[in-house]
Order: sequence, then structure tokens, then C-alpha cells
Amino acid sequence: MPVKRADKTPMPVRDARVRAHDFREVNLGYTQAHAAFEADRCLRCQEPICVDGCPVKIPIPDFIHAVSIGDMAGAAKILRTANPLPAICGRVCPQESQCESECSMVKHHDSVAIGHLERYVADWERTQALTVRAEITRKEKIAVIGAGPSGLVCAGELARLGYPVTIYEALHAPGGVLRYGIPEFRLPKSVLDWEIGVLKAMGVEIVCNVIIGRTLTLDALFDKYGCAAVFIGTGAGLPQFLGIPGENLNGVMSANEFLTRVNLMRGYEFPEADTPVRVGKRFAVIGAGNTAMDAVRTSLRMGADEALIVYRRSEKEMGARVEEYHHAIEEGVKFHWLTNPLEVLGDDGWVTGLKCQRMKLGERDASGRARPVPIEGSEFVLPVDNVVLAIGTTPNPLLTRTTSGLLTNKRGCLVADEQTGLTSRERVFAGGDAVTGAATVILAAGAGKRAAQAIHEALAPKQ
Amino acid sequence: MPRILETRRLTPVTKCFRIDAPLIAASAQPGQFVMLRVRDGGERIPITIADYDRAAGTLMIVVQEVGATTKRVCALEAGDEILDVAGPLGGKIELPPGGHVCGVGGGFGTASLLCLMRELTARGDKTTAIVGARSKDLLILLDDLRPVVHNLEVCTDDGSAGFKGFVTQRLAQLIAGDGPGRPDHVVAIGPMAMMRAVAQTTREPKVKTLVSMDPLMVDGTGMCGGCRVTVGGKALFACVDGPCFDAHEVDFEVAMRRNKQYVREEKLAMERLACMAAR
Repeated sequence: MPVKRADKTPMPVRDARVRAHDFREVNLGYTQAHAAFEADRCLRCQEPICVDGCPVKIPIPDFIHAVSIGDMAGAAKILRTANPLPAICGRVCPQESQCESECSMVKHHDSVAIGHLERYVADWERTQALTVRAEITRKEKIAVIGAGPSGLVCAGELARLGYPVTIYEALHAPGGVLRYGIPEFRLPKSVLDWEIGVLKAMGVEIVCNVIIGRTLTLDALFDKYGCAAVFIGTGAGLPQFLGIPGENLNGVMSANEFLTRVNLMRGYEFPEADTPVRVGKRFAVIGAGNTAMDAVRTSLRMGADEALIVYRRSEKEMGARVEEYHHAIEEGVKFHWLTNPLEVLGDDGWVTGLKCQRMKLGERDASGRARPVPIEGSEFVLPVDNVVLAIGTTPNPLLTRTTSGLLTNKRGCLVADEQTGLTSRERVFAGGDAVTGAATVILAAGAGKRAAQAIHEALAPKQ
Repeated sequence: MPRILETRRLTPVTKCFRIDAPLIAASAQPGQFVMLRVRDGGERIPITIADYDRAAGTLMIVVQEVGATTKRVCALEAGDEILDVAGPLGGKIELPPGGHVCGVGGGFGTASLLCLMRELTARGDKTTAIVGARSKDLLILLDDLRPVVHNLEVCTDDGSAGFKGFVTQRLAQLIAGDGPGRPDHVVAIGPMAMMRAVAQTTREPKVKTLVSMDPLMVDGTGMCGGCRVTVGGKALFACVDGPCFDAHEVDFEVAMRRNKQYVREEKLAMERLACMAAR
């Protein structure tokens, strides 16, 4: 029976002083006792509004109830039916602004730790023998472009519906941002590999090193490969730069470059792995989203003595998950709020400092957030050896530039129906960051899932 | 995994590979490149496509041993497979038809002139290739290039073959009206210093010139921005906006400095490789 307890069962974590210097996972995960204790906090509301806060509509009280009565297989089945990537979402979703913000407990107490429980169930599932298998019952071939969150979920959902699916991935390994962006200490690659293994067991084929729009055209997928529908999940991988002086100095990188060198290319193993990453003593990251937190915390693990966040707005406007922010503070990251970078300073071609200006909050801007306004005469210099930009990404133009009839908006995002993901081309669907611009893993997963349903309805209309 | 069908040593440090890669061969265009990776944990390196045979489904690349990864590539032989080959990436070289195009190749960059010159000659352009090296034995692919151009101009620093001097000196003579005459377009592919010298040679006489930039890259698909090149004061990504840019707009100083970012690590990797080979 539900037990009223005000406090969320805390997630066991590794000591900040130790974990800040290696790449092993920070969160240790609930034990069975933690999970049972926390599951009992769920009130099992008649109308569970937490489900409305979930982009893939996981029947949250149902799976938590299964945990509380010890039916782990049942809990895992409920989760997996709604969300093909539970072990990943349990780790990287911003639950505090989604399901957990809707939890009835939250009015007076902590919300139920839905994310931690999701992770617990998915991790239990990973210790079990795989029960899924390929059951291809349909003849229509589907191509998915990009093996990131939206593509993986779309492919998994289509495979579950019986379609033969091939994912085309441009890089040498699948996962998209889950592989090149999110660091090992937050999402171990073994978890990602396991989830991808499940998809493969379900019959999903993954072909790496094929760039649709370059190696093969979108039209060739229909004409030569006989696909009945295509899903585009190419993400938002193109990094933005500020356009301030000094940005081309050696030691300035996009967060994408820094994280790709470390995560995808395993730069932390250099010289055993071949891709180097040069990290100096003082490492500044511009921006305060999840990518910025990942980059700044990675810099500590790569040997930086001092890791700084430089953000022109205040703590309140920060885009990062609360948990990442807290972990960053514990690990010793320093935050320069209301600080606007003006110029990267250098000597002999290498970064030596970041010239900044103090800001104050003014009126609200178009995003609804208070607009930062410069304070006259407040310029100062932060001595740093690296400057990493984590100020956002835009959709990759490779496919849209080489494909006719695919409409994009002025931000370069694909125009697609919000519900079905249908683009301006017949039988071409899209979802995830390629449509929304940089967002979250779970929003991409939700879009992939809806598009899979829409593809199914288009190909197998109900009689 | 793409299999190597044939290899040819061109000089002690350059090797030519013919690879079975039908999808890439079918869509490759002059000026584009592929990303290679040769081992687990290996880095991704961009290599310009030298030539392709669409009917045979093969790709030709020329690799020069400059670092640990290129050394590993050059250790591969016919029958070996390359772990990852992705492409074609980057934009193709586009030139208005009907003019006189002069391709300038330095070092192993000469290889990349092959498919470009063949396509231009086939469509009816007048084509000249100026290729150079320090001495005769370092000149590569002359017999491959000769049948696909109208004029082949060979230069060596020591005069052991062809014109004695730099490719830029011969190019200046052509612009002045010598030999096949002033080109309408110049395309330079080779070491950064050579491309900068070509840009200087053609700037005054206002001959439109493209250079194929070869910056450090991680993914090669637009994701990292590590390959940004300053062109006309703007930072452009060589992998999606290039790799060929207007030579007179490129900031070579910045490009050369950026290419030296990892010299220390490259040296370490080379020493390590030598050490492993010695064991």
C-alpha cells in the first residue's frame, strides 16, 4: 500500500572527489530495497497526470506498482512497451520538468523518483536473458536515417509492428548524440550497446558509414531499395559559434568537437586510442545547458584543474537538468552567471583568456526569459587555456541540401506534422531534433514513436 | 568492410589504393573526400578521392605517410579490409564549362587532379595540369594523368625532370601567355604552403582560383566544427561548405596555425608506433 513519506529516496552516488577524475558512472542506481521503499511512495492516483508529463506516455503508476509488489518482469514489460529506450531515458530525461513535475506529491513534498525507478527496472532487465526476437510479418521495407534517439525508437517500434527496418548511420557507430555527446559517466556505452542489441534482436538492421544525401540519395531509398516509407532522424548536429573575435584561436572548440573527441573517439584513452584531446589547466565552457554541463565535467576528468561555466543569463534561466547542475557543483565546477563573453584572447595562436562583461537581468524577451543587459564598464578577463562553446546546435544541412522537395523553416528545421511527423514529401516522415531543433532525448523518442505509428497507419490502414 | 583490391607504392612515403566501394564510387564527384578509420579506437581521417570507376565500383585514393594513422593505412595491402570508409563527403568542384582549366598539384595532391581533369576534358574544357615535386623520383601518377589532360606540365625543384622551378613559377609563365596559355580557372590541390603560393600567383592577374583545404577533422559530416576555415572573414566548415574555397578569400595564416594544433600529440603517436614496431 502507498506510504506517505515526504522525501524522495536519494540516488546513491559516487564520491565527488573520486568520480570527478574518472569516467565511471556517477549514479550507482537504486538497490532492491531503495526501489521497493520508493515505489511505495506512489499514491496510484485515479487520474495519473504524471503520464501526461511523459512524451512517450509510460503508464507510470502501473510500472511502479509492479515494482512495489516485486513483479520486475511485469514492470519491465510495461516500460518497454511504452518506451524502447528505458535504461537510457531513466538516466538522461529531465524528469523534474516532465513526469515528476506533474506528480501529485509535488504540491507538498518531493515527487516520486520516477526516473530513478525507471532506471532501476531497466537495469534489472539488462541482467536477464533477452526475450525479444525478430517477428517480421510485413513486407514493406522501411528506411530510418540516423541511429540517434528518434531513429532508434522509430525503428524499434516499427520492428515491433512487424516491419523490416534498416537504419542508415553516417558515423562508424550507432547511437547519435547518445554516443558522441553524452559522456560515459552519465550514460555508460555498455547501456547504449545493450539497448541497441535489443533492437538488433528484434530484427532491426543497422548500416553504418552511409550518409544519406551523399552516399545514397533519399530518392534511391525508394527507387532502388524499394522502401515503402522513410523516417528522417538526422538530429541537430551542427554546432553554433558566437562570432566573437578570437574564436579561431587554437584551444577554442565547439562542445560537439570536444565531446566527440572524448566520447565517440575515446580521446581519454589517447595514445592507446588515436584521437587526441588537448585540455589545459583552466577550462571555460560557454553556455549552461546539458551539453555545457557534460563538457565542463568532462574537462575535469580530462585533467583540467579549474573548470568554469560562463553564462550570460542567471542560474534561474539555465537549461541543464537539476541533477547535472548539482553534480557539477559537487565536483567543483565554478559558475560565472550573468557573464557575457566578448572576445577570446590569445598569444602565439593559443588561447590565454576570455574577455567578458558583467550583465544584469532586464525585461523578458521572446523566449519568456529575462533579457540580459550589459553593465557598462564591467569588462574583465578570465585567464583560461580552453574555451568550449556549448551555445546550441542547428540541424545538419547535408540531407536537405541534396534532396528536393523537403521543406525546412528559417532555422533549417524540417517542416513536419506535429502528430504524424509527415514532411512535405509523401511517405517521408521526420522527428527529433531535425524537426524541433536541439531538444531532449525523450522528445525525440516520442516523435520517433508517433512517426512509427503514422507509418503503420499509412501502410496498413485499419479496415 | 571495403576491401583493398590493389596497391601501388608511388614514392617511399605515398601509396595508391584501389578499394572496392561501389556505393561511394557511384556517387563520388571531383573535389570530394572520404573518412577512413583503420582500427578499433582509431581516428577518423579525411582523404581526398583521387579517382573512381563507377562501372567497376572502385575508388582510388592516395595516402601519404605523415602521421601514425596514415602509416597504418600505408601498411595495408591488397586483400586487406579497411575498417570504415564513409563518403563521399564535401561539395564537388563546380566550374562553368568551356574554359581553360589549369589544375595545379603538389606532392600527393596531384592524385586528386585525376578525376577532376578527366571529367573536365570529357565535357570539352581545355585542360592543363601542372604538377611538381622536389625531384624526378617524387613525381607521381604522370602516366595516369597524361591521357586525361590536354597539356601536362612537369616541374621539379632540382630540374631533374621538366621545368626547373616551382609549380607557381610555371603557372605565372602560363598566365603570361606561355605554353597552353592563360587559364580561366585554376584549381590547386596540395600542401598548404603550395596552395597559398598559388593564391598569391593568381591574385594580381585576377585568375579565379579554387584551393582544396585540408584542415583537421573529427567526423567530417558537419558535426564538430573543428575544420572551420576563415573564408572572406567568415568561419566556414570545410566538410560541408567546402572543402574547395576561393583561394583569394582563404586566410591561410589561420588555416596553417590551426593545422598545427595537435603536432605534439601526433609526434607522440608516431614514436609510440615506432616503438611498437621495434618490439
